[in-house]
Amino acid sequence: MPLSTQSQADDEQYVLVASMDNARNLSNILKAITFKDHAIFSATPNGLKVTVEDSKCLQANAFIQAEIFQEFTIKEDLVGFQVNLTVLLDCLSIFGGSTVPGVSTALRMCYKGYGYPLTLFLEEGGVVTVCKINTQEPEEPIDFEFCSNNVTNKVILLSESLKEAFSELDMTSEVLQITMSPSQPYFRLSTFGNSGNAHYDYPKDSEMMELFKCTKTQTNRYKMSLLKPSTKALALSCKVSVRTDIRGFLSLQYLVRNDDGQICFVEYYCCPDEEVEEE
Amino acid sequence: MDCVVTGGNVKVLAKAIHSLSRIGDELYVEPQEDGLALRSVNSSRSAYACFLFAPLFFSRYTVPGGHTFRCKMAIKSVQAVFRSLASLEKTVEKCHIELDEQKNRLTFTLHCKHGLLKTHNLSFQDSESLQAVFDKDSYANVFRSHPRLLVDTVVHFPPSLEEVTVSVSDERMWVRNHVEEEDQSKAMLTELCLASDEFDHFAVQTHNSVTFCLKELRGLLVFAESTGLPISMYFDEPGSPVVLSVTDSVLEGNFVLATLSDDPNKRKNNSRRAHTPPPPPDDFMNDDIDAYLIAMDTSIAPGPSATGPPTTPLAASTCSKQPAAANHRTRLYSEEEEEEEEEETADSAGPPNKKFCSLFFGSVLPPSSQMTTQPVTSQEVLASDSEDDEQ
Repeated sequence: MPLSTQSQADDEQYVLVASMDNARNLSNILKAITFKDHAIFSATPNGLKVTVEDSKCLQANAFIQAEIFQEFTIKEDLVGFQVNLTVLLDCLSIFGGSTVPGVSTALRMCYKGYGYPLTLFLEEGGVVTVCKINTQEPEEPIDFEFCSNNVTNKVILLSESLKEAFSELDMTSEVLQITMSPSQPYFRLSTFGNSGNAHYDYPKDSEMMELFKCTKTQTNRYKMSLLKPSTKALALSCKVSVRTDIRGFLSLQYLVRNDDGQICFVEYYCCPDEEVEEE
Repeated sequence: MDCVVTGGNVKVLAKAIHSLSRIGDELYVEPQEDGLALRSVNSSRSAYACFLFAPLFFSRYTVPGGHTFRCKMAIKSVQAVFRSLASLEKTVEKCHIELDEQKNRLTFTLHCKHGLLKTHNLSFQDSESLQAVFDKDSYANVFRSHPRLLVDTVVHFPPSLEEVTVSVSDERMWVRNHVEEEDQSKAMLTELCLASDEFDHFAVQTHNSVTFCLKELRGLLVFAESTGLPISMYFDEPGSPVVLSVTDSVLEGNFVLATLSDDPNKRKNNSRRAHTPPPPPDDFMNDDIDAYLIAMDTSIAPGPSATGPPTTPLAASTCSKQPAAANHRTRLYSEEEEEEEEEETADSAGPPNKKFCSLFFGSVLPPSSQMTTQPVTSQEVLASDSEDDEQ
C-alpha cells in the first residue's frame, strides 16, 4: 500500500505524524470553524487543537484528540504552525469528499518542523495524492481568560432545539441578546430586527435542557455577524453548552460525534458587544 | 384583539400568510366582529387576496367592540414568525396573537414543544382599509374542483410563465400558456383540456376565455392543497377579474385577479363610451369612475367586508344596483383613459394592454396624504354617482 511504503527513515524526520482512515473525520470538524483562512495548529501528545480567530473578538477551537487518529506520533511537547485552512480543506476533499459508505479517503499528515510545509498523503482506491501546504509563522492565539471559576451561568441544551432557533433568527438584527437567569425567563435568545423584536424562551425544566445552572441574571449582546459561523458547529453537534462569565464573555461548547461515533469538541468564545443595563 | 389558534389551524394560518405573500409585500390585518381578515394587494393593484377566519376558527377570539382597528405590516416579518412551515405542525402547539394598540405592536406567541416559547413583537403601521369590490355570484361561469386538478394542470407550465389563458365551452375547459402576439412564432404553446366531469361543479353561461397571472393562482393552490379545500373559480368576460375562492365553515379565502382584455375593437368601443364626456383632467377622484369593480374603501366607518360570507357586502350591492351589462362594459379602463388622454392621437386600437397594472384600483387609491386629509365618505357611492351622470 502506498501509505505504508513510507520508509521508517522518512518517518523519523517528522516531528509530527498523524494518520486516519477517514479524512472526513478531520475535514468535517474543521468546517465547523472555517470562517477565516488562517488557522493555528497546536499539537500536543493529547491531540490536535486548531484555532481560528476573527477581529480579536471571536475565537473558535476544534479539538481532535490523539485517539481519533489511527496513528499520532509527536516528538516534541508542543508543535505549532499556521496554515491556510481553506487550502487544507480543499486538499482533504481532493478526491471529491464522497459520502458514499465504504468509500473514504485515508490521510497521513506529516510535518517536519519549523519552516517546512505540512505534507498530506491522501489515498483513495489506490490513488495517492501528495499535497504540500506552506506553513506560516504561528501566531499566539488570544487568551480569552475564560475560566470555569468565573462562570456565572451555564446551560447544556440538546442542539436540536437551538438549531431551530438559530435557523429562524432574524438576521436583520445586528445582535443576538442572550439572557440567562435563575428566574424567568431562564434562558432567552432575543433579536431586534427591522420588523420588530423576537424572543425565544427555554424553560429550565424542558426536556431539551440537560443542565441548568444559573446563579445570576445576566443579559449580554453579541454581534450576530460574529456568532453566525458558530451555526456550522451547531449543525454538526448533538449537545451544546452555553456559558457566560462575570465579564459577559460567551463560551459555546459543541459536542460533535463523527462518522465513527467518536466524540470531538468545538468551542467558540465571543466578546460581548456592549454593556446592557440590567432590568 | 386577542386570539388563540391551536393545533392544525396554526398551519392553516401560516399557509394563508404564505399564499398572501405571493400577492403583495404588505399584510393588512383587520380584526372584525365576524372574524380576522388578512388581506394583501400587489403593487400594480391588479391582484388582491383576502382571507377571513371566522371566530370559530380560533379557540379564543375577542375584538374590542366600538371601534375598528386596521393595520398593515411587511408580510415578510409575519412570514418569519412561521418560518419553519414544515415542522410547524409537529412543533407548535398553540399560537397566541395579541394586538396592543397602545404599544403599537402585534405579538405572536408560539407555544412549542418542550416548553419553548417564541415571541415575535412586530411593529405595524395604521392603514386604510383594503377592500376589493366584486360580486362573484353574478359571474356567468362558475367552476369548482378539488385543488389537485388545478395543481396537476398548472404543473405543466414552467415557473417562468407569467400568464395562463382559460377558455371554456359547455363541456370543457382549456388552460394554455399565454403568449404575446409578437412572440407567437417562437413560443411553444402548451394546452390542457379538462373535461367538465373532472370538476365538482361546472356551470358555463358564456363561452369566454380569460387570461390572468399564474403566480397568484399558484399561491392559492399551495394553500388549497395543504388544507384540501376545493377551489371555486368565477369568471366572466375578458377584462373582468377572475375570482378564485376557497371556503369552509370557519374560513373563506378570495383571490381576485385582473384579466387581460384582448379584444382591441371592443376595448376601443368601450373606452370611447367611457370617454363621453371626457373626464376633467385634473380631478383625481373622477378618474376612478369606471374602476369601481374593485375599489379602496377609504372611509373610517367600518365597511362590511365584500368577501365576508354572512352579510351582503355593501360595496358589492352598490355595484349590483347598476345593470350588470354596464358593469362589464365600462369597468377597468381608468388606466387606459389616462393613457389616451396623454396620447390622444395614438393608435386607434389603444395602447397594448399587456400588463395588468392598475386595472382595478390603481387610480382609486389616492396618495396617502390625500387619503388622510380628504374627507371621502364612501368611494362606492361616489363612483356610482358619477357613473350615473355619465350614462
